[in-house]
Amino acid sequence: MMTPQVQENQTETKPRIQIRGMDKYYTMGTNVVPALRGLNLEVKHGEFVAIMGPSGSGKSTFMNILGCLDKPSHGEYVLDGVSVGQMSNTELADVRNQKIGFIFQSFNLLRWMTAQANVELPLVYAGISKEERQERARRALALVNLGPRAGHRPMELSGGQQQRVAIARALVTSPSLILADEPTGNLDSHTSQEIMRIMQELNARGMTVILVTHEQDIANHCKRKVVFRDGRVVDDQINEQPLSARAQLSADTKAEQVQP
Amino acid sequence: MSISNQQNQQELPARAAPQFQPLMPPLKPEQRKRGRGGYAISQSLISAIEALRANKLRSLLTSLGIIIGVAAVIMMVATSEGNAATINGRLSTLNPNQLNIRGGSANTGGVRQGAGTQQILTQSDADDLATQIPGIAAVSPTVNVNGQVIYQNQNWSTSIQGVYPDYQQVGSWQMQEGNFFTSADEQSNASVAVLGQTVVDNLFTAQGIDPLGRQIRIGNSTFTVVGVLATKGANGATNADDTIFIPFSTAKNRLGGNQRALAITVLVSQGQNVTDVQANIQQFLQGRHDPTEFTIQNQGQLLQTVQTASESLTILLISVAAISLIVGGIGIMNIMLVSVTERTREIGIRIALGAYPRDVMAQFLIEALILSALGGIVGILLGVLGAFISSIATAQPLVLDPLAILLSFAFAAIVGIVFGFYPAQRAARMDPINALRTE
Repeated sequence: MMTPQVQENQTETKPRIQIRGMDKYYTMGTNVVPALRGLNLEVKHGEFVAIMGPSGSGKSTFMNILGCLDKPSHGEYVLDGVSVGQMSNTELADVRNQKIGFIFQSFNLLRWMTAQANVELPLVYAGISKEERQERARRALALVNLGPRAGHRPMELSGGQQQRVAIARALVTSPSLILADEPTGNLDSHTSQEIMRIMQELNARGMTVILVTHEQDIANHCKRKVVFRDGRVVDDQINEQPLSARAQLSADTKAEQVQP
Repeated sequence: MSISNQQNQQELPARAAPQFQPLMPPLKPEQRKRGRGGYAISQSLISAIEALRANKLRSLLTSLGIIIGVAAVIMMVATSEGNAATINGRLSTLNPNQLNIRGGSANTGGVRQGAGTQQILTQSDADDLATQIPGIAAVSPTVNVNGQVIYQNQNWSTSIQGVYPDYQQVGSWQMQEGNFFTSADEQSNASVAVLGQTVVDNLFTAQGIDPLGRQIRIGNSTFTVVGVLATKGANGATNADDTIFIPFSTAKNRLGGNQRALAITVLVSQGQNVTDVQANIQQFLQGRHDPTEFTIQNQGQLLQTVQTASESLTILLISVAAISLIVGGIGIMNIMLVSVTERTREIGIRIALGAYPRDVMAQFLIEALILSALGGIVGILLGVLGAFISSIATAQPLVLDPLAILLSFAFAAIVGIVFGFYPAQRAARMDPINALRTE
């Protein structure tokens, strides 16, 4: 069942991401190692896609190319109608800054900066005025329920809180696309639910999210599941009934209340 | 205004996503001042300072090379300029327009007696030079009759020189009181004397007597003091003030000066080429004497030799200091390379968030610049302090050259940029994927 949504939603919105015939080779000494082989994928506005697959299946390479951190060897990558596959490094920096919000497994906050300063960082590189930067960073932190913690440094925050700061940093530029690489990989299951709840709500509020995970449970929260193997898409399904992290969290809370 | 709160108010199906208001207002292109404003630069500055503060000891040790280099430049320039000031003070009694002509060494039964002892030059040589060689302001023969000077119960051994009245001009002597003797004194073998300060100090000052008009005894003759010379200052081993001038004729006829070799001192007129005049004198005297029997000494050459020596000492000291600055720069490069490696992940994050390579480059260049500039400032303070202490220790004047301070600071900053460039470039060219993977 390959890309079933494409026909269904064609009239509604143009695809946000189009990948056609993408190859990626790495050269290790004299060996050429293929990471992606003729990959095709389309993701439309407002989708919430989980990418799964065993390690070495090419999903990390794919995310790096989606995030404009790497360039494909062959093939086309169109983001918002702009072909970005073969842009220069400076142009790619602009695309990363303006169109993409990254969320990493290990949060990747700068440790000596406050949460507020970390969230402001992409705006600094965008050249946004100080007042606007501070205002937007405050808003983004409030959206992830961290308003009162704006002055804390990452070391003074829990893992879940750090990831929420990272989410605020990803959405502060109002990007077209949120790329999350194993965002819950370093978190316990309860905190993972918290993060998934925020991700679901970002998606519900109109953001396109692509998430890499190896946990079936996390993937079940997404609206579409794509499975990679050997640099190709081997499975692509709509998840008709994604799990609601919100519902699960409130169920947990009730269970805790019942226990004593 | 958390997401959960808002969701309670407007729980809408996800399918209708495109109709939602965006979470964050989109950034308008006119809000982006990227590449125009100094935002990234000021951010680079802040993060550079933060990174340096996080590694205080390391930053200090890194700057130490620059601190020592700058301090060394300033101290060495100050010391050598203080030295030069002292030498020039001592040499100020030398007149570059003055030529000294002396006879060769006398040879008494095979025993040579030192330069200027042979009786070659004559008084008429001096008189003829004055009339026949152009470009000469004044000429005086000089004859030295050392002897004991006595005033009442005081006595003093000094150099007694018989000279023409023109010698006042030749030696550019100023009078403190009285007058130099006159041509009339010269023609009449007058027993008059002009005393230098050291002689006055030793014969008169202790008793509080004004020497003018007093009678002093030199050998068996009595002389009247007609003038006292203004001091020229002690000049190391030789003291220009320890002298008495008497008329040449008097020295020759009354103090046995005709038994002694005489020298000739020539003052070349202002604006004349001293070397040309010297050559003319050489040629003129060669017509009368064997050229091996006299020498002409040019005081300007002596002055130049000493100044050249002092300049080459300064250049030597500065190059040593410059080398230490370069070594300091290599220290900065070393630490910046370590810093870039340590902060690989930070660089990866910044690149992922949209930093241009030049933003990353600016950040690390600014860090290197801060290290070297701070080192430069501390080095200036230490160098000035060191120069002050060494000027007290060596009793030399404290000469601080603002140009040297400015140049050494600028050089330190340039060293920082030059040696910070390679590490900064390495940071800017980092592959973000590998950088983000680094632990």
